[in-house]
Amino acid sequence: MRPVLHRVVDRRRESDDVVTLALEPQGGRPWPFRAGQFHMLSAFGVGEAAISVSSPPGDAPVVEHTVRDVGPVTHAMCTAPPGTLVGVRGPFGTDWGIEGAAGDVVVAAGGIGLAPLRGAIHQLLASPRVERVFVVVGARSPAQVMFGEDLEVWATRGARVAVTVDVADRGWRGHVGLVTSLLGPLEYDPARTSALVCGPEIMMRFTARALLDRGVEPSRIRISLERNMQCGLGWCGHCQLGPLLLCRDGPVVTYDGAVPGLLLERER
Amino acid sequence: MGHDDVVVIDDVGLDGLIGALREAGFEPAGPVVRDGAIVPGAIRGVGDLPRGWHDRQAPGHYRLVHSDDRRYFAWAVGPASWKAAVFPPVQEVWRAWERDGALVVSEPPVAGAPMAVIGARPCELAALAVLDGVLGRPPVADPGYETRRERAFLVVVDCAEPGGSCFCTSMGTGPAAADGFDLALTELDDEAGHRFLVRAGTDRGARVLSALATRPATDAELGAREDLLERARAAMGRSLDTDDLPGLLARNLEHPRWDEVAARCLACGNCTSVCPTCFCSDVRDTTDVTGEVRRTRTWASCFDLDHSYLHGNAVRSSTRARYRQWMTHKLSTWWDQFGMSGCVGCGRCITWCPVGIDLTEEAAAIRASDGTFGPGSTAAGAPTGSARVAP
Ligand SMILES: Cc1cc2nc3c(=O)[nH]c(=O)nc-3n(C[C@H](O)[C@H](O)[C@H](O)COP(=O)(O)OP(=O)(O)OC[C@H]3O[C@@H](n4cnc5c(N)ncnc54)[C@H](O)[C@@H]3O)c2cc1C
Ligand code: SF4
Ligand code: SF4
Ligand code: FES
Repeated sequence: MRPVLHRVVDRRRESDDVVTLALEPQGGRPWPFRAGQFHMLSAFGVGEAAISVSSPPGDAPVVEHTVRDVGPVTHAMCTAPPGTLVGVRGPFGTDWGIEGAAGDVVVAAGGIGLAPLRGAIHQLLASPRVERVFVVVGARSPAQVMFGEDLEVWATRGARVAVTVDVADRGWRGHVGLVTSLLGPLEYDPARTSALVCGPEIMMRFTARALLDRGVEPSRIRISLERNMQCGLGWCGHCQLGPLLLCRDGPVVTYDGAVPGLLLERER
Repeated sequence: MGHDDVVVIDDVGLDGLIGALREAGFEPAGPVVRDGAIVPGAIRGVGDLPRGWHDRQAPGHYRLVHSDDRRYFAWAVGPASWKAAVFPPVQEVWRAWERDGALVVSEPPVAGAPMAVIGARPCELAALAVLDGVLGRPPVADPGYETRRERAFLVVVDCAEPGGSCFCTSMGTGPAAADGFDLALTELDDEAGHRFLVRAGTDRGARVLSALATRPATDAELGAREDLLERARAAMGRSLDTDDLPGLLARNLEHPRWDEVAARCLACGNCTSVCPTCFCSDVRDTTDVTGEVRRTRTWASCFDLDHSYLHGNAVRSSTRARYRQWMTHKLSTWWDQFGMSGCVGCGRCITWCPVGIDLTEEAAAIRASDGTFGPGSTAAGAPTGSARVAP
């Protein structure tokens, strides 16, 4: 459970409450990981939080994490100036299964949910077996739209990118509405489509339903789930979701089996 | 001497065994009477064991009574299990401090001498095997747990007097000690005297035993053990029908019995704090005045609201959801997660529940109307629509 020291070498603001940190292992290079996996990040003296890797796997000298400031640990991360030492443990959990992707891929993200998908999108666009990549992104407001540069890069590399906001402002010329409203017009071929979905559970449920209604196989819809996590190792018991220990059997799971029936409101 | 040989010692021999283990570098521990209960404690010799004590147990009820019985182990289980010996209630994970501008992170070594446990019950060894499946599971075994577990010398005693809450027979964990011990004792007290049958389960158990004065057990003594175990099986306070139990609970998550039990449950977490297999922990950081940071891991309960904290709320906010999580985890989803039952039938959660909630009774009530309340049958339910019809 001992974290490995990493130094914050770059800090980039993504939106008013989201920051991407580039971390460099002290005296070494980042260890291998797969898109969709997460690390336990420690802000020394504050605590630890589960944060997905947001950069693509590869041999970059830094590993990136995109953090939304919602509480003590994430606040410390978001305000950590370059040079700060943070602790990293992992990588933990399941991944998006990019190696097996082929045909059409629909990537749907809500809010901070785009962070764990960012590396996957980079990989999908480089995969020879993947034909079309559809990226649909929802944010609460235009100021909350993250990874602006990436969205442009993905579009120029052939992805069909669509962005929507819940609430527009004066400068916004794009779509207004829920992520699911972007799914309808997409011309993917359901029989050859897989989907990667990450966002609030309600968004993932509606997105999955829309995909299922079009005929996408439930076993080819992957969602990334979140629960309280305090170890990442299967020891603390906090991340249970029915039969699953999400730090081990998740966070990425397929939308079949027991999973659909287990989501939030079932547990209340 | 092979592992299968059964030999006999008397209480002087048992005292000698405790002494020999101490000489060998172990810290002897065993059941002791403290604050009106039989609990694990340090022992110097047989004089510290609960001779003549019996426990009377029922849902929400535990009382010790004393008699002139010569036996040391004529009781079932107390509120505290041996879990704490291998998985401490509070443990430091690491501490970190600054030295010459650099951050130093240091993990503490496993403290203390290895423990020799004298007088664990068979269900307690089964509970350790369950914890092995969680905390001792490669490739991510908890090193502190593993060290304490591997070092501990375990002397188990067959159960002769099960309690009113016990159901180890249903769970296949007792009353006989089957495996997982260094030495196993059976306490006999009849016309031929007060004595212990002893079997070794490991090489180191056999080595310790070979240094003691023993004699081979007679056929009559082996028969007496069988009789004792047969009487214990018949005296089991409760039973649990385990036939398709994981499936039964998995398909009855919307059974109205969960509301019924939630109306009685206080969400106090007593059941989780006495259970020998509950393994949940919280991980927290604190900082002292010198700036030294300490990360601590502490036993946690799924009855705490914070246990399922997410985005400013608890995922399992109702008592219904929390009781259901606890019971379905023990009896159903533990199988999915770890390939075994999370319950060994020790009965502690029944005895120590202030309102006497009994999971065997809850499971039986659900079984009695299995199939009546299928998933999605609640008015508020059917959350996933089309996903449900998918195969
Ligand atoms: C697999 C996974 C991947 C995630 N990826 C990201 C990501 O890429 N970017 C991002 O911004 N967020 C991510 N999160 C959410 C992030 O872990 C929580 O927002 C964070 O733990 C909140 O901690 P806090 O102390 O800042 O705030 P608070 O929510 O106020 O925390 C208060 C207390 O609750 C505890 N707590 C709250 N939420 C959690 C949790 N999920 N697990 C454990 N303890 C919790 C904290 O430890 C703290 O002690 C992810 C979560 C999971 C499970
Ligand atoms: S659930 Fe109850 S009976 Fe089963 S092992 Fe835990 S305390 Fe014992
Ligand atoms: S079942 Fe009993 S012991 Fe457990 S939380 Fe409820 S009232 Fe407390
Ligand atoms: S995060 Fe601790 S068990 Fe999964």
